[in-house]
Amino acid sequence: MLAWTIYISFLGVLVLLLLPKNSVRAARIVALLTAIAGFAVIAAGFLQQRSGELVTVARVPWIPSLGIEYHLASDGISLTLLLLTGIVAVSGILFSWNMEHRAREFFAFYLALIGSVYGVFLSFDLLLLFVFYELAIIPKYFLIAIWGSTRREYAAMKLVLYSFAGSAMVLIVLVAAYVVAGSRTLDLVQLAQFPFPVHFQMWAFPLVFVGFGILAGLWPFHTWAPTGHVAAPTGASMLLAGVVMKLGAYGCLRVAMMLFPRGLDAWGFHVLGFGSWRDVFALLALIGIVYGAMVALVQRDFKFVVGYSSVSHMGFVLLGLMTLQQIGLDGAVLQMFSHGILSGLLFAVVGRMVYDRAHTRDLAELEKTHLSKAIPFAAGTFVVAAMASIGLPGFSGFVAEVQVILGAWHAFPLFAVGAGVGIVIGIAYTWRAMQKAFFGAPSRGTVAVASPLPPITLPERLGAFILIGVSILIGLYPQLLLRVIVPALHSPLFDGLWKGSGR
Amino acid sequence: MTLLPPISCLTIVPLVGAIAVLALGAKSPKLARGLALGFAFLALAITLVLWHRFNPASGGLQFEEIHAWIPTLGVEYHVGIDGLGLLMLALSAIIVPMAMAASWPIQERVPLYFSLILMLEAGLFGTFTALNFFHWFLFWELSLIPAFFLIRLWGGSQRAVAATQFFVYTMAGSVALLLAFLAIFLCTGTFDFMHLADLGRNGQLLPSLAVLADWHRFTAEKLALVLCFGMFVGFAVKVPLLPFHTWLPATYAEAPTGTTMLLTGTMSKMGLYGFLRILLPIFCVQLRSVRTPLLWLAVATIVLSAYAAFAQKDLKRIFAYSSINHLGYCMLGIFAILKFTGDDPALATEKAAALSGVLLQMFNHGLTAATLFWFVALLEKRSGGLRGLNDFGGLRTVAPVFCGLMGIALFSSLGLPGLNGFVGEFLIFKGAFPLAIAPTSVSVVGLLLTAIFLLTILQRVFSGPLQERWSRMPDLTVGERLALLSPLALMFVLGLYPQLVLGVINNTVLQMVQQLR
Repeated sequence: MLAWTIYISFLGVLVLLLLPKNSVRAARIVALLTAIAGFAVIAAGFLQQRSGELVTVARVPWIPSLGIEYHLASDGISLTLLLLTGIVAVSGILFSWNMEHRAREFFAFYLALIGSVYGVFLSFDLLLLFVFYELAIIPKYFLIAIWGSTRREYAAMKLVLYSFAGSAMVLIVLVAAYVVAGSRTLDLVQLAQFPFPVHFQMWAFPLVFVGFGILAGLWPFHTWAPTGHVAAPTGASMLLAGVVMKLGAYGCLRVAMMLFPRGLDAWGFHVLGFGSWRDVFALLALIGIVYGAMVALVQRDFKFVVGYSSVSHMGFVLLGLMTLQQIGLDGAVLQMFSHGILSGLLFAVVGRMVYDRAHTRDLAELEKTHLSKAIPFAAGTFVVAAMASIGLPGFSGFVAEVQVILGAWHAFPLFAVGAGVGIVIGIAYTWRAMQKAFFGAPSRGTVAVASPLPPITLPERLGAFILIGVSILIGLYPQLLLRVIVPALHSPLFDGLWKGSGR
Repeated sequence: MTLLPPISCLTIVPLVGAIAVLALGAKSPKLARGLALGFAFLALAITLVLWHRFNPASGGLQFEEIHAWIPTLGVEYHVGIDGLGLLMLALSAIIVPMAMAASWPIQERVPLYFSLILMLEAGLFGTFTALNFFHWFLFWELSLIPAFFLIRLWGGSQRAVAATQFFVYTMAGSVALLLAFLAIFLCTGTFDFMHLADLGRNGQLLPSLAVLADWHRFTAEKLALVLCFGMFVGFAVKVPLLPFHTWLPATYAEAPTGTTMLLTGTMSKMGLYGFLRILLPIFCVQLRSVRTPLLWLAVATIVLSAYAAFAQKDLKRIFAYSSINHLGYCMLGIFAILKFTGDDPALATEKAAALSGVLLQMFNHGLTAATLFWFVALLEKRSGGLRGLNDFGGLRTVAPVFCGLMGIALFSSLGLPGLNGFVGEFLIFKGAFPLAIAPTSVSVVGLLLTAIFLLTILQRVFSGPLQERWSRMPDLTVGERLALLSPLALMFVLGLYPQLVLGVINNTVLQMVQQLR
């Protein structure tokens, strides 16, 4: 049934393209209904699947001569990320409600992106996964290049080039793995059980991890993320930060770590203090956490603050993966979900509620306007989002980051302290941006906003309530997701990971 | 009441109130104030019921509720109170309506203001009842957010700086606390305070810490000290203890006075509560090993803050430093009872005296300090915001009732026998002296200094030549007198009949002392 998420989305694209050219209203409604239908399918699937074990969704031969199948399946990790995509997709459309310029095409690209993302999360054949992964790049490019703002062509091109560079690395390993495994299959389940030689895994793992890691904002390959997020229109920023970055993290976990767990083993020698790829990537993740936070602290552009915060928060995902502890991995998957919801919310406030009204994102400019009086709802939403984002207990970010740090305490104690420092800097930049943007003192003499800003619309309120509600729900009752995540990480597919970790 | 779990209800009432005030009060500030006060009184009523039904013969936890929450993380919904918890609940429930009354004149964004106060109250109730770290930390942090906004939006001219300083200091403390607790969870697999306290007492904590110590090339003892220090910082910032106090004077001075009452009356107690409920039971051995420096830190807090109060010209800043001073006595008492006494019954009695004194002092300081700040608020209302020590003079002649009543609060703060302040301080000194002779003797200097600067206020503000501009200053209205009556009456009652509180906490204190050895 879950396969319908993909079909529905592309069906939506088709319907949108058949609509008459100027039907903005109809386009919105079709897009919203499509997204809601997709979400409903996922929700039904989520409720049906009790344990989080692997369940096959669809399996038919595709290129029989090469042993390649159209194989869709889902386990707890896929389900969690599908759920995230569904939620962000619906609220993203609500926050794009004011899209007038070529709205039909905008929503068509938007749904195409979502459909491809669903495809990636459901694919259990490596080639199929790769196809959907590549497919997602195209709508990303157009969404930014056509509807974007600040330096949109540059940002769109940068995003595409980075994505292709990553894909190329993945493709090399994909072909090599196919050949090494006997040229019979690219099925993920079978490949996960195939004992790849250790020396092969030793170079395949870092290549795939970096290849997917680029999209997850792995430092120092993260630079596409802030520029891309900032340039994109609100709905697309929400998808980029909320969902597309998760594609990268998902790839790291599902392909790199699941297929080549031996690549994480110790090299047996030390280079500059690093004893394995695991040490290297954990350090890169930690640098991402701290560096992203410090750069966010000095931004003038409100949207860049949020953009860099994404780099910092995704660092927690990658650090969690590298702990190779049960609890760290649980935390990493939960953090993927949590960051998706919260970054979506933050971009919605900055891009839609503030920028579309005040027409500036410069914190120094915003400081003079005293927005908390002009649009109190936006201020309130941002305060809640900021609280969630700095990891206050009661919100999803806390349970996720706590688990990552717990894992890190075990694996790399010093890094856990470093991540703690990252959290403190996170508090500082979030609070700084909040104070400047919303609670700036209207300096005497300068006139505050000349004309009253348009009030917050109903779709915006709805979208904000959905995202905040989900974050609080998961924050107070994370068991809802952990129930499927934990068994999925314990399934035989990940056996290699636990055997190698010496635990 | 018998059907509903009382503690959960108590925590939920202010939360519901916060939402109701925000939703219903948007149109009329009057309704918002009334509704908020109504919810605060409802919470007070529930607290009184709890007080009534509390069984003072038991020193253990009562009204316990345990439910599974996040099994994979060892998180349970576990609440309960003993004498200490009950006392803190009562204090919070009393201070909140007082703070609301003092905030009555606030005109700007009234519903939001009162809704934030109620949220803060929920945070306090949660913190004082939660017995699982996760759950407790949620409320600990929850109380911070409303406090931040109360300062940020309604504070004085320097509010932006003060609010940020307050927030960053306390959050940094919280992160230290969080990291320490996560490390402990990794070693022991539990977040439950009672369970951890058992481990600490039985000496099982150190062996389990050895798991992590491996990584650090640390010994388990050293690691325990590091973790103990992490928690210590988290709590010490909140109390505050020198040298973690620098956020406090600016914050207290800039916050709207109603909020200052909450900050000093209740939020500072969260830190002390943390010491007593969490740090002391778990890390008794580690704290004991650094007892002497800690004692002198407490002495420094007492003496230096009293000294600093001398140099201040702003009434709010004077009372801010005096708060640090008064809570310093609590810290002195807490560190004094760390002394290992074995089975010596005489010293155990002294410990019990000191600990009872600490608990009493926590309650009394909350009551007295909040009342004093309330008087400052009343003064500010009349003077149009002026509150300098030298701005007034001779008010006694124009506002005799105001001066008389504020005099009572000042004398209570100074520790005059017959008023509430005396009993707590007396018990602390009586108990702490045999346990820590030198530090206790030196800290007596603090008492003297306090007396001097409080009397200075009395002289400069109430006596002396009357300034012309104040000659028309109105005295307290009937409403204000009535409102002030209850806290002042409580001061007398507790001063003359401390048994009211001692009876409730006695068995809790005895049990804590016995567990400390």
